[in-house]
Amino acid sequence: MFSFENLIDLPLIWGAIIATAVLLYVLLDGFDLGLGALFPFAPSDKCRDKMMNSIAPFWDGNETWLVLGGGGLFAAFPLAYAIVMPAMYIPVILMLLCLIFRGVAFEFRFKSDKSRILWDYAFHFGSLGAAMMQGMILGGIVQGVTVDGRSFSGGAFDWLTAFSFMTGLGVVCGYVLLGATWLIMKTDGDTQIWARRVAKYISLFVVIFMGLVSLWVPYLDNDINLRWFGDYFYFLLPIPVITALLFGGLIYSLKKEKEVMPFVCSLLIFFMGFLGLAVSLWPYTVPYEVTIWDSASAPESLSLMLVGVVIMLPIILAYTAYCYYIFRGKVSDEHHY
Amino acid sequence: MLTELDPVLLARIQFAFTVSFHIVFPAFTIGLASWLAVVEGLWLKTGNDTYKQVYKFWVKIFAVCFGMGVVSGVVLSYQFGTNWSVFSDKVGPVIGPLLGYEVLTAFFLEASFLGVMLFGWSRVSNKMHFISTLMVAIGTLFSAFWILAANSWMQTPQGFEINADGIFHPTSWMEVIFTPSFPYRFVHMVLAAYLTTAFTVGGVGAWYLLKKRHIPHARIMLGMAMIMAVFVAPTQLVVGDLHGLNTLEHQPAKVAAMEGIWETERGADLRLFAIPDEDAEMNHYEVVIPNAASLILTHHADGEIKGLKEWAKEDRPPVAIVFWSFRIMVGLGMAMILTGILAVILHLRKKLFDSRLFHMWCAALTPAGFIALLAGWFVTEVGRQPYTAYGVLRTSESVSPVLGEHVALSLLAFIVVYTVLFGAATYYILKLIGRGIETDKEGFEEHSKVATPFKNPKEQEA
Ligand code: HDD
Ligand code: HEM
Ligand code: HEM
Repeated sequence: MFSFENLIDLPLIWGAIIATAVLLYVLLDGFDLGLGALFPFAPSDKCRDKMMNSIAPFWDGNETWLVLGGGGLFAAFPLAYAIVMPAMYIPVILMLLCLIFRGVAFEFRFKSDKSRILWDYAFHFGSLGAAMMQGMILGGIVQGVTVDGRSFSGGAFDWLTAFSFMTGLGVVCGYVLLGATWLIMKTDGDTQIWARRVAKYISLFVVIFMGLVSLWVPYLDNDINLRWFGDYFYFLLPIPVITALLFGGLIYSLKKEKEVMPFVCSLLIFFMGFLGLAVSLWPYTVPYEVTIWDSASAPESLSLMLVGVVIMLPIILAYTAYCYYIFRGKVSDEHHY
Repeated sequence: MLTELDPVLLARIQFAFTVSFHIVFPAFTIGLASWLAVVEGLWLKTGNDTYKQVYKFWVKIFAVCFGMGVVSGVVLSYQFGTNWSVFSDKVGPVIGPLLGYEVLTAFFLEASFLGVMLFGWSRVSNKMHFISTLMVAIGTLFSAFWILAANSWMQTPQGFEINADGIFHPTSWMEVIFTPSFPYRFVHMVLAAYLTTAFTVGGVGAWYLLKKRHIPHARIMLGMAMIMAVFVAPTQLVVGDLHGLNTLEHQPAKVAAMEGIWETERGADLRLFAIPDEDAEMNHYEVVIPNAASLILTHHADGEIKGLKEWAKEDRPPVAIVFWSFRIMVGLGMAMILTGILAVILHLRKKLFDSRLFHMWCAALTPAGFIALLAGWFVTEVGRQPYTAYGVLRTSESVSPVLGEHVALSLLAFIVVYTVLFGAATYYILKLIGRGIETDKEGFEEHSKVATPFKNPKEQEA
């Protein structure tokens, strides 16, 4: 049995890998879900066809990062998985049910005639609900989970608080921003003009929610407060500063009618937000109770999977990029295969 | 009253329901992906457009089933945590990496190239398109490899030690991945997926022949399906027999339940029909072939087979479900073999594509693969009870600390949602089959031109 235990800090590396998978999920499926949340508000049916087409070849691959995040957590931090999933039982099940509706809508919508409107709404509410639940799961985890021994010991509705409600709304707005800027990049004409309007409007809400979370989180836990406003203040200062600059870039590029830059700025804003949360939650996998080292799987298991990740991840990224490259350019509203 | 619900039983029902729903779709997509790769290969080789039309027809059905497989699979990967958190905590270090490898080697491959397969026609060369189909097919087989490795470990666990906290630690990956039952289970399952697809495709072909529609296409479908029936169905019998012998060695209680044998006996009879009674520990209304069970399982007419009474009541699996599921699977397997034999006879008489009676028989067998497959999984999984990891971790010790009422409510939600979706998917698939194959040359060419939701890069520049 091989193990790299003595060479490197395996749990630390695995923490980084899982965080990367979750981040990639949020960025990639984020624009799918945001687009779904916007769906019924689009100006015309043709426009809706374009929106759907712009993500049809990608959504499945994007959702697979969620499976890597969940499956990776199970494999690398089984204890954290075993505590968080029962703690988040209700929102996780609701998220899964929403994702089911979102996913099948792609297949059913184009095959139906009379019932298309039904699948349009399945797509919309599925996306919206999944985004909201993901935000609430995030909030539920950030505010802390009650643990006794090796299992969750809190109540079934502990996750449902004002804080998690706010993070839910925040994530929905963030995803809508990603979705709208994606559309600016992938469409032209009416759809693009509309998407640009949406992006301008929603970025205001994103600023508000990011500000709220940034101020609220340090008050949840004294250590977090000390981290941000104590010794590390100057060291961490670049995170909010760069985020502010990115918002500036976003507004500027929207005004100047740039096509790609708004999307890139939105992705980077999300990345900065994620970094901020990572700084706050460090080094916990189950906040304030279980650290990455407490919950790590056996070193042999982490080593075996590390080999897999080192070999497979570059290959996955390469062919994912290739698939995005094949479907580059603006979408049309035709729909056959 | 709600608080008295038993979370273990509910969690089992929920898992059984969601995983049974899931497997119906992968079983079909594993077989269909391989078959589509063959059909596309034949098209590239012969240049006969009939193959391409067959491909384009089935790929639509493939897309629906694939989508259903994905959404129901994502549910499963989270259900280990929501419903079986103690199980996840304890065996995570052992089977977690296997599921991790499934995501890394299979899911991304399938999901990424599916986009090219469906929407890439006018964006990539024919060869690249063929490669994409191949990648999807290979992805489904990798997926089956890893998930069946995980499942086989739960059936015949080895290559681990249990530490003071009750956590399983891997000691040898070769032993964890290649458990004694794995080779049999993997081959048996992949063959089952191929048979399921063959009988579905063949059934639709037979139906078109009955309706005198799309004759050239229907001949390809039925003909290729019958080749599978002739060669794969008998192979499945042999593999199944070997699988059973392996089970006798490692899980004799399961075999006793499959055969409905209560007393340890020499020269055990093969029960063709019986109503097992767990309270009275005996069978009612037996119809038997004397000594046949011993002959099949030990290859001696007077070989000894252990009866269920060898195990304490709380260590026995439920008998009736295992007993009957096993008979349904084997019965349908025999019907498939018979179909292959009939096909050979008709082919020799040059009547394979003319015999209406045979076409009706094939159309009736369309769902046979799915039923046999589910029955097979019921034998395997129910027969493993009362353990999740056979002999080392009990089901009752694996369950999450969640309230029975929440499990009950989510189970209800899954039943409602899945019923609606299953209905919708069936409806759209039947609609596609009813609408038939697009053969009109002009319309078809037109079609493949817009077969991408994206504008052609060249058109765009203009
Ligand atoms: C023998 C084959 C087999 C078996 C026993 C299972 N699956 Fe499965 N699964 C597949 C074969 C497959 C597949 C062929 O690879 C699918 C079907 C459609 C698809 O997209 O991939 C799939 C999809 C699929 C997905 C979605 C992948 C994606 O996002 O693309 C997940 C998360 C799972 N499965 C998880 C599971 C779990 C946790 C199982 C057991 C409890 C399970 N599957 C049993
Ligand atoms: C795909 C086809 C499968 C089918 C149709 C199937 C069917 C079932 C059924 C009917 C049960 C309930 C048994 C009972 O409680 O009496 C069950 C339980 C279970 N199965 Fe499977 N199963 C499949 C594959 C798998 C795989 C691949 C795994 C693991 C990698 C797995 C893991 C489990 C677990 C954890 C339980 C719950 C605990 C238990 O009741 O033993 N199953 N499955
Ligand atoms: C023709 C005779 C057949 C025999 C003798 C046979 C034998 C068996 C046995 C003994 C098992 C239980 C293995 C265990 O858990 O220990 C099994 C499981 C199974 N069978 Fe069959 N089988 C036959 C046909 C079929 C057919 C036609 C299908 C589907 C098309 C099928 C699908 C399955 C599946 C999916 C399982 C569960 C997975 C596994 O454990 O391999 N079988 N079979």
